[in-house]
Amino acid sequence: MTVSVGVVTFPGSLDDRDALRAIAAAGAEPISLWHKDPSLHGVDAVVLPGGFSYGDYLRCGAIARFSPVMDLIIAGAREGLPVLGICNGFQVLCEAHLLPGALMRNARLHFTCLDQALSIENAETAWTNGYAQGSRVVIPIKNGEGRFVASQATLDELEAEGRVVARYLGGAPNGSMRDIAGITNERGNVVGLMPHPEHAIDPLTGPSSDGMTFFTSIVKALIAA
Amino acid sequence: MTRVVVDVMLKPEILDPQGQAILGALGRLGRSGVASVRQGKHFEIELDGEADPAALAQVEELAANFLSNPVIEDFVVTVGAS
Repeated sequence: MTVSVGVVTFPGSLDDRDALRAIAAAGAEPISLWHKDPSLHGVDAVVLPGGFSYGDYLRCGAIARFSPVMDLIIAGAREGLPVLGICNGFQVLCEAHLLPGALMRNARLHFTCLDQALSIENAETAWTNGYAQGSRVVIPIKNGEGRFVASQATLDELEAEGRVVARYLGGAPNGSMRDIAGITNERGNVVGLMPHPEHAIDPLTGPSSDGMTFFTSIVKALIAA
Repeated sequence: MTRVVVDVMLKPEILDPQGQAILGALGRLGRSGVASVRQGKHFEIELDGEADPAALAQVEELAANFLSNPVIEDFVVTVGAS
């Protein structure tokens, strides 16, 4: 059985090709989706890639969230379609209110570009089921607006429900509340992540191959479904 | 045409590193007497017609759902200002 995973290209997306490549390497069929697509072309899951959709105008992800393909993705995600938002994709998911909180300008205004150690704190989502709970991974981050912010009540709810998917080890490099690097929705099908697993699938071109498990996890979840 | 202005500011409890950087630069410029700076956004919207209650309701909706993010920002709609 072949499963297909779509990657949306918005005007200003940067990491769509790396995401497509990672999906192929994980054994799924990668499908390019355009931001104006009136259909999801039957894909079994969707990745919203990193980049600077619409130049980050207004707020990061605020304009991309209203693109035609997002109407389908928002409706699908509410029905259980697996969606992974990476970096700008995470910002789009927060703007679309599929995930709580917001991503804001980094503390001290630094654009951070680092090989970052993370702990995987929820190994049960559609995108992380191949990790061991609590495993340490090294995955690059590269963003100027990656500081996760939410109300105390929302943060407490995320922690209590085990919805923090990944946390920065050694302190958040951007001022993220509670060192949060990634979260999931109640159902576990929508995951938002500031680090870039698609840049860590091969030691030749990344700091590790630790990111590959996000993509093999979704293939496993889809085949089991 | 009628001008309607939407001002969007970060909620008071949200850290504003850009405002802090501006405050820091004021110190280096030798300006004293400034206790705090917060940076926001100012939108000038020209309506085709009058700013009647229906049109203003549309602007409020736009401000709440697109021009601002309710998780981190507050907004104020003002008619006729610039």
